[in-house]
Amino acid sequence: MATPRFFIDGNEAVARAAAKSGCRFFAGYPITPATTIYQHMLSLLPPSGGICLQGEDEIASLGFCLGASMAGLKAMTATSGPGISLFSEQISFAIAGEIPLVIVDVQRLGPSTGSATRGADSDIQFLRWGNSGGLPVIVLAPVNGADCYNLTCHAFNLAETFRCPVFIASNKEIGLTGEAIAEDALADIEPLNRAGYDTHQSEAPYQPFAPSADSMVPPFLPIGGEVLVRQTSSSHGPDGFITTSPETLEQGIGRMRAKLISHRNELALYRIDADPEAEILVIVYGVTARAAEECVRGLREQSQRLSLLVVHTLYPIPEKLLREEIAKVSRVIVIEMNLGQYVREIERFSGETTVEFFGKMNGELISPDEILRVIKP
Amino acid sequence: MTSLLNPSRPPFFCPGCSHERVVRSLDKCFQHLGLSGNQIAIVTDIGCSGLFDTFFNTHALHGLHGRALTYATGLKLACPGLTVVVIMGDGGLGIGGAHVLSSCRRNLDLSLLILNNFNYGMTGGQCSATTPAEASTASGFLGQLEAPLDICAVADAAGATWIDRISADDAALAERIGHALTHNGFSLMDIMGICPGRFSKRNRQPKKLIAALSERFEKRGTPERHSSREEYGEAYRKRCEQAQPVRPMRPISCTSAPAEPATLRILFLGSAGQRISTAAEILCLAAMHGGLYATQKNDYPITVLRGHSISEVIISPFPIGFTGIKSPDIILALSEEGVERRKDTIGSAAPSSLILQVSEIVIPDTKARLIRVDCTALQAAKNQRALALLAMLTTTQLTVNAELLRRALEHKFKDDQLEEALALVERARSSAG
Repeated sequence: MATPRFFIDGNEAVARAAAKSGCRFFAGYPITPATTIYQHMLSLLPPSGGICLQGEDEIASLGFCLGASMAGLKAMTATSGPGISLFSEQISFAIAGEIPLVIVDVQRLGPSTGSATRGADSDIQFLRWGNSGGLPVIVLAPVNGADCYNLTCHAFNLAETFRCPVFIASNKEIGLTGEAIAEDALADIEPLNRAGYDTHQSEAPYQPFAPSADSMVPPFLPIGGEVLVRQTSSSHGPDGFITTSPETLEQGIGRMRAKLISHRNELALYRIDADPEAEILVIVYGVTARAAEECVRGLREQSQRLSLLVVHTLYPIPEKLLREEIAKVSRVIVIEMNLGQYVREIERFSGETTVEFFGKMNGELISPDEILRVIKP
Repeated sequence: MTSLLNPSRPPFFCPGCSHERVVRSLDKCFQHLGLSGNQIAIVTDIGCSGLFDTFFNTHALHGLHGRALTYATGLKLACPGLTVVVIMGDGGLGIGGAHVLSSCRRNLDLSLLILNNFNYGMTGGQCSATTPAEASTASGFLGQLEAPLDICAVADAAGATWIDRISADDAALAERIGHALTHNGFSLMDIMGICPGRFSKRNRQPKKLIAALSERFEKRGTPERHSSREEYGEAYRKRCEQAQPVRPMRPISCTSAPAEPATLRILFLGSAGQRISTAAEILCLAAMHGGLYATQKNDYPITVLRGHSISEVIISPFPIGFTGIKSPDIILALSEEGVERRKDTIGSAAPSSLILQVSEIVIPDTKARLIRVDCTALQAAKNQRALALLAMLTTTQLTVNAELLRRALEHKFKDDQLEEALALVERARSSAG
């Protein structure tokens, strides 16, 4: 007997996973194709004591989330290209203030307002670099509805563990595509909570941005609790007060970078379908992986030797994985639903191996046939 | 009570700046209300007023220009017991105008103190939203072309329940701040002051300029609205208590072996309002009751009750990768608008493929096998035709059977809607003989 299956789309999977992960606060602004995440959260949170708000704009929505997260609640928002653009300043704050947060970008075709009902992986580099200061962030890319569920659970845990914003780089073609998802494909991921500060550990006043002895991530205390907490978007020292001391700034900013980058290899979530004799490695992420899988299956039936790497953790870049897998082959082919964003990262780790690229931005999915023509021109 | 001022960080404003008076009045007010530091959060944004939170031993949240109200809103809803004081300058008021309006409308229990000194002090004295047109600023003539904002009148129009305007040198400042803080709802205070570092440098009689502006606003009738409306957080929590829990995801279990071993690609071509997406979902649910996998990819424009509506459904005994359809096995042609979008697909359809077509619409010439369905005779309304065609599809033996369709309808609908759908399916199937 087959395992029971759900028929849901990626957006509902995100919302259900958020609720399961202990998300207590959602704020959003209606925008196609992300709106249904907000609608689902509005159904899920208020009856269970959570809070769901509609902001006057995306800036407000993310600001609400930052305030709630600083009060200790797990928070999430969801948007698409035009909204992620407006989020930019608040994303920078989430990074600077080390505020745990999950941001879902159900990407649509850009540039600008683009096409609301057409898919694309338009924002990959924007998610990485769309903040002032250029510090690292975590970006997870789902391929299907089950990934939307599982990666959202991971996203909450990573946001809590590292006190940082975590992005889900979804796509209209996943978020609004319904599909049968096997019950056992939804992983039972234990929700984690941010590490709290032990107020009995020291007589000295709490320093909101001081790392603990065993972690680069500062232990958290909520605004509104017994102990006074300072949060600030301005350059600060461990005490949360503005400073211009070069040593203090260098230490703090270096720590914020290192807390993620030092874990870049262990944070790598991916799926590799490897052929030990492969000459060719196809690298994909997001919805394009579905076409690539079909294409690779078809080519193997014709005895072609090739491997497929589906990257889920786009950032921090899984350097070790990329180097190792690229070293095994003579051809690397990157396929993206844009005109070439993540391929730039692959090229940095490809050594002597030339990286071939195929991308498309016309509102249509890249088909297995198109990928086939790249692999076998 | 003791002062909540941070002794190690005394106010650090230009000599003569009215901000310092507000700092001391706010502290006096906190003492008068008997609040301790951990019962208060001071939320600030950018500019000289953004230094406020550093002078107090309270919780502090300092963020981006004009956005202080957004953080305060999330914070207050998460911590209803906390006294949340938001400090912004006239710069923050201008850039964060949408948040001010929404806070007035929302009536969450926050107190917004606008430290209005009529220019951007920290960046060199440029004009702000409140600068009198007669004033001289670093923005040259630009500030003279725009009318100054009367935020109290705007707040009144936006539904604020507590609005007050006061001069920073008014002896009653601490007392009036206290009234704003104890108001149960959103309170807004326009606290007018002088910026000695910038504004006074360019305007010889700054007080006179501001007094004239103030008088003009008052002639208009300064709203001092102290009204009551249910506080947002209290109202929100009441609604939450009544909210019905949402249904958990409902799994579909298959009790039989997969109904049809082949992968089938089915294209629905219709228009908005025809419930195309619902019919496509029902087909997916029926296939899943038969133990198959299913995907449903939709294509529609941004319009709501206008334009095409296309669904691409794939059903398969295997997990489905690519969700697009190039060569459909079955096409349900429901409207000319939908057909027009995929006319090439119909034109190139293989002879082995099947088109179920609402009889009254015109479709391009095709080699595919055609079944015309007279929806008028079936008494199928426009939004029932997709289901009528699905019912006809169950008579072809190509894919899901009537039993699976019935189970899908029972999964999706209930009561009258279910009865109506089942009756239509019955009519359609019996018309097929």
